[in-house]
Amino acid sequence: MNALSRSLDDFRELMRRDQVFDLVNRSARNDTVDMSHGVALYLEGITKSFDGFRALDDLTLYIGDGELRCIIGPNGAGKTTLMDVITGKTRPDEGSAWFGSNMDLLRLKEHEVAQRGIGRKFQKPTVYENHTVFENLELAMHADRGLVTSLTWRLSGEQHDRIGEILELIGLTARRDTEAGLLSHGQKQWLEIGSLLMQNPRLLLVDEPVAGMSGQETEATAELLTSLAGKHSVVVVEHDMDFVRSIARQVTVLHQGSVLAEGSMDQVQNAPRVREVYLGEEE
Amino acid sequence: MQPQTALSRVGRLHTRTAWLILVALAVLALVVVPVLNLVVPPDHPLHMPGWMVTLAGRFLCLALVALALDLIWGYTGILSLGHGVFFAMGGYVMGAHLTRVAYDDGRLPNFLQWLDYSDWPWYWAGFDSFLFTLVMIGLVPGILAFIFGFLAFRSRVRGVYFAIITQALTFGGMHLFFRTETGFGGDTGLTNFDTLLGFELGTPGSRLALFWVSAATLITAYLLCRWIVTSKLGRVMTAIRDAETRLRFTGYDPLRYKLFVWVVSAVLCGVAGALYVPQTGVINPSEMAPPASIEMAIWVALGGRGTLVGAIVGAGIVNVVKTWATSAYPDLWLYILGAMFIGVTLFLPKGVVGVLGMLRRRRGGEA
Repeated sequence: MNALSRSLDDFRELMRRDQVFDLVNRSARNDTVDMSHGVALYLEGITKSFDGFRALDDLTLYIGDGELRCIIGPNGAGKTTLMDVITGKTRPDEGSAWFGSNMDLLRLKEHEVAQRGIGRKFQKPTVYENHTVFENLELAMHADRGLVTSLTWRLSGEQHDRIGEILELIGLTARRDTEAGLLSHGQKQWLEIGSLLMQNPRLLLVDEPVAGMSGQETEATAELLTSLAGKHSVVVVEHDMDFVRSIARQVTVLHQGSVLAEGSMDQVQNAPRVREVYLGEEE
Repeated sequence: MQPQTALSRVGRLHTRTAWLILVALAVLALVVVPVLNLVVPPDHPLHMPGWMVTLAGRFLCLALVALALDLIWGYTGILSLGHGVFFAMGGYVMGAHLTRVAYDDGRLPNFLQWLDYSDWPWYWAGFDSFLFTLVMIGLVPGILAFIFGFLAFRSRVRGVYFAIITQALTFGGMHLFFRTETGFGGDTGLTNFDTLLGFELGTPGSRLALFWVSAATLITAYLLCRWIVTSKLGRVMTAIRDAETRLRFTGYDPLRYKLFVWVVSAVLCGVAGALYVPQTGVINPSEMAPPASIEMAIWVALGGRGTLVGAIVGAGIVNVVKTWATSAYPDLWLYILGAMFIGVTLFLPKGVVGVLGMLRRRRGGEA
C-alpha cells in the first residue's frame, strides 16, 4: 500500500506541468491576464540598440492596473521603440517585459500580444480606407481570429449592439456606412480609438492621439481617455503639453532611452533635470 | 452551418440582378453553345465550329487563371508574376496522365528511353490513374505554393520584392523542365496525347465536353471566390492589402490568411492548367516563361483589379485580341499588348470594369 502511494506520488511528481520543458508546457491560448497584484505592465532593465545607438537604455517602468499614464520626452527619447517592445514588434537585447504577472511579452508575436489584450494606436491614424466605418469596427471586434471562423462569420445581435455602442461613443453613428478613407483626420483618429476599444483591451497604448485635431476634438479626446482609465490601463505618448496636463495624473519623462523623472505633472515640470534636458533650459 | 443558413449565404453572394446575369451566362455556356455546336447544321450561319468551341474552352481556362490571380493580387494586394508555374504544374500533371494513357502498351516515350529508363521512373508512378491525377492537380501546385508562400510570407517579403522572387520561381521552374534529365520531355514537353477517360481527344464530342467542364469549373470557381471575398475573410484580405500592420496589431496573423489565399489561388491556377492542356494538346516549359506570367497580371489589370468579374473580362479581351493579332500582325503583338497595358494604366486605373461601374454610377446619379 505504502509502495503504491509512493509510486503514485512519484508519478504525480513526474507529471508536474510546471517542471517540464517550455515546449511541452505551452501556455493556453486564451489565458487571461493576471493583474491581481495591481500592476498591468512590468518593464525591467530593457535595453535595445540599433547599430550602436541605444534607443532604450536599462529602462524600468511599471504601469498600474487601471492607470492613465502619460509618457513625454524629446524626439529620439525612445518612446516609439518602447511601444514596439511592448507590442512585440521589436525584441530588446536585454531586460524583461511582462503583461500582468503571467504573460511574458518577449515570447509573443505582434498578433498574439494584441489577442491577449494590448491595443495600440499609431501616431499616424491607420484605418482600413476601403472599408466602411462599420466594417472597420467589425474587423477589430474581439473574436476568434481563425480562418474558418472568418469564412463562416456572422454578427450576432449582441455584437451588432456592441458596434452600435462604440459608434455612439466615437460620434460616428451617422457615418457608419461611409468608407473610412473619406473621413476627416480627426474622425479617423477617433475611428482608430473606437477600433481599439472593440478589441476589449486591458491595456491601451496610444501614440499622439490629438495630433492634427482641433481644440474641440482635443477636448473630447481628453474626456474619452480619462473615462477609459479605471476599466483599462492607458498609456499615452504625447507632445502636446497642454493636453498632457489636462489628462495626466502620472507622467513619465523619457530621455535617451531611460526614465528621467516620474510623478505628477507639477513635480515633473519642476524637476531640475527635466527642465534641463526637456525644456532646453541652461542651468 | 445549417442548410437554411447555408442557402441564404449563397443568396447573399450577389444581388438579384447579378444572379440573373450569372445564370444567363451559365445557360449560354452550358446549353446554348452545345446546341449551336451539335444541333445547328454546319452550313447554318449560327453553327459554332469545333475549333471555336475549343478556343472558347481555352479562354475559359485562362479566365480561371485571371480569377485566381485577382484573388491574391486584387484583393490581398500581393502581386504574383509567377502564376505561370502553378498553371504549368497543373498542366504537367494532366500531361503526365495523358502520356501514360497514350503509352499504356508497355512502350516508353522517347525522352525517357534516351535517359536509359527501361520502365517509368518513380515520379511517373500513379499517373496512369485518373483519380490520382485529379488529386495531384490540386496537390502539386498547392504544396509548391505552400512551401514558397510560407517562407516568403514568414520573412515578410512584400511588394515588388515578392513579385520579383515569384518571377525567379517561375524562371527556375522553366529551366528545370527544359532539362531533358528532369524527365518530362525537355523543351518539347509532353505531347502526342490521344485519349482521356477513354474518349478520343479532338472529336467534336470530347471538344464540347472539355469546353463544358471548363465552363462549369469557371462558374464554380467564381462562386467560390465570391464566397471568400464577401465573407469576413474577404474583408481581412482587403485589410491586409490596405493596412497590414494595423491588422497585425489588431490580433490577426497575416501569415495564415495570406498563405490560405495564396494556396487557393495556386490550386485554381493548377486546375486551369490541367483543363487547358487537353484542349491545346501540348504542355511545355514555355508556359513558365516569365513573360507569360506577366501577361496574366496584365489581364487582371486591364479588366479591373479586385472585382473578380474584371479579371475574367480582361482575360477575354486580351486573348481575343491576341488570337487576332498573332495571326494578322504576328510581329506587332507584343507592341499591341504593351500599348493596351500602358493605356489602361494611364487612363483606366480601375480597368474596364471599373469604368463601366463609374459610368453606371454617374447615370444613376443623374436619374
